[in-house]
Amino acid sequence: MLKKPLFKATRHHSGVGDYLFDIFNYSFLTFLCVVMLYPFLNQLAVSLNEASDSLKGGIYLWPREFTWANYKHVFGEASIVNSFFISVLRTIIGTLTSVLGTAMVAYTISRKEFVLKKFVTIAFVLTMYFNGGLIPNYLLIRELNLLDSFWVYIIPGIIGVFNLIVIRSFIEGIPDSLFESAKIDGAGDFTIFLKIVLPLSLPVLATVSLFVAVYQWNSWFDVFLYNSSSANLSTLQYELMKILQNSNASMSGKTAADAFANANASANMVSPTSIRATMTIVASLPIIMVYPFLQKYFVKGLTLGGVKG
Amino acid sequence: MEIGTRASEEAINPSVSVSKKRNKTFFTKLKSQKVLLAMSLPFLIWLFIFKYIPLWGWSIAFQDFKPARSIMDQEWIGMEHFKFLFTDENFWRVLRNTIGMSSINLVLGFVTAIGLALLINEIRHLRFKKSIQTISYMPHFISWVVAASIVSYSLSLENGIINIVLVNLGIVDEPILWLGKEKWFWVINGLAEVWKNVGWNTIIYLAAITMIDPEQYEAADIDGASRLQRIRHITLPSLKPTIIILIIMNLGYVLESGFEAQYLLGNPMNLSYSENLDIYVLKYGMAMGNFSIATAAGIFKTVVSFIFLFSANHIAKKFDQPRLF
Repeated sequence: MLKKPLFKATRHHSGVGDYLFDIFNYSFLTFLCVVMLYPFLNQLAVSLNEASDSLKGGIYLWPREFTWANYKHVFGEASIVNSFFISVLRTIIGTLTSVLGTAMVAYTISRKEFVLKKFVTIAFVLTMYFNGGLIPNYLLIRELNLLDSFWVYIIPGIIGVFNLIVIRSFIEGIPDSLFESAKIDGAGDFTIFLKIVLPLSLPVLATVSLFVAVYQWNSWFDVFLYNSSSANLSTLQYELMKILQNSNASMSGKTAADAFANANASANMVSPTSIRATMTIVASLPIIMVYPFLQKYFVKGLTLGGVKG
Repeated sequence: MEIGTRASEEAINPSVSVSKKRNKTFFTKLKSQKVLLAMSLPFLIWLFIFKYIPLWGWSIAFQDFKPARSIMDQEWIGMEHFKFLFTDENFWRVLRNTIGMSSINLVLGFVTAIGLALLINEIRHLRFKKSIQTISYMPHFISWVVAASIVSYSLSLENGIINIVLVNLGIVDEPILWLGKEKWFWVINGLAEVWKNVGWNTIIYLAAITMIDPEQYEAADIDGASRLQRIRHITLPSLKPTIIILIIMNLGYVLESGFEAQYLLGNPMNLSYSENLDIYVLKYGMAMGNFSIATAAGIFKTVVSFIFLFSANHIAKKFDQPRLF
């Protein structure tokens, strides 16, 4: 892998210095990839290794005693299966509502003739620079009776201002003639939005969907803050967070809890370490499988929002 | 919302609007755009409720707020809570941690992202370049819960890769409980932040690099410039406006050192260096139920952020540099 690019790169720029630079650059970036990937692959190996065997250490990139037992155990817990469904549900509903709503507002503020264009834009953009803060937001959610409800995952974050600007910039790039000819054909704004804007904006909508889906899937703080007393509304990330907090707390008490857990490990075929590794994989694999396919889009979307924001 | 009341006023008493010619054309226009209005109005109401009403909640900081009492019956006590804040030893400690960590994150974040973007840009082999980018974006997409779990596992005593490497290289004699060493927390937090976001942060720089006129590089080639000279005299200067804008934007976040990393990696042993303003707000507000002090600390944060943002913008203006607004 190294030799070919080296040759190519040095063909145009000769000189020992440039050659050394390339050697350094390729090795350094390869090392960086290892640093990025290793911790994740290590967790994967631990999650696929027999629990009591993992405690002996020495698991790096490959399981020593392969087993599915950790996954069977995790998916055998009703609470974790339920949290998995809640995570999936909030990701799907949250993404659909947010992308549709944001696109709708973005369309209205992309119309030059809209008399409220400036007012709506400024009203949204201003909120990027301040917010009420944790307590006022909490009190509001409580007043609205959204505590201990699924909708607290969906409604408060339905429109993201950054996403709004990204979509608006994209829609502004659609040629005006398309809108004009549709209007001559008698199409109203809503029809134009549905039949022209949405289909033409698919690349930017894919980008924003990814952003929102990642946000929804990864959220745990709103569960902790608003729904921590409703076990049936817990999400996967929150379950993992609780496991992590337990092991953090036990660290200061040093091995008392660990020793107990590890003693149990051989009997139960699971250990906190293995469960945590397994949950880590379950909580991150869906996103890791998806994002590389959308790379082209989100890179574009990010620069679009960055330049015009 | 003001528009709504004006509209109904006009409906009740049309003579009001006769003198306001501009308003009349405004409303006739708006009437012809009722679909656009219907599409944005629900979200304007949403915006008002979820983003503007909480601002009114700032008043809690100036009251002796008791959740059981109604809004009207709260007792106003002026700046008492702010006085408490500024005499609270813990407040100064979390402020020190917040500024310490956000400064480390800011400097480390900029240097590593720009450095990585420059290195990636020098790769000619397209497949290798794309793989590097895809892999380096990965940690950005996983949650902080997962990242914190991975970080704390990598730093653990028995199986942590960091200790294994350090012991085998002979740098340390025996494994160190890194998350138990409070003085190391800022560094660990900064490096975790870099691991998670450095790849993602290169996107904006790489995009800016593609805007550079290729003729500049061709001219440099003819003059026999080396790779490092090209980076120093062409690529880096071209990134200057982007870097300045991003620095201004980030200065507004000087009191936002992040919350999740500190909260999730924090433990009783490193608490005195891991607790930041956001955790302080959470502790006072949610754990102790003192909403007023928590809100006061939140206001302090917002106001200081604003001052920083405007000053940075002002300085950029003075030196004739690109600015935010």
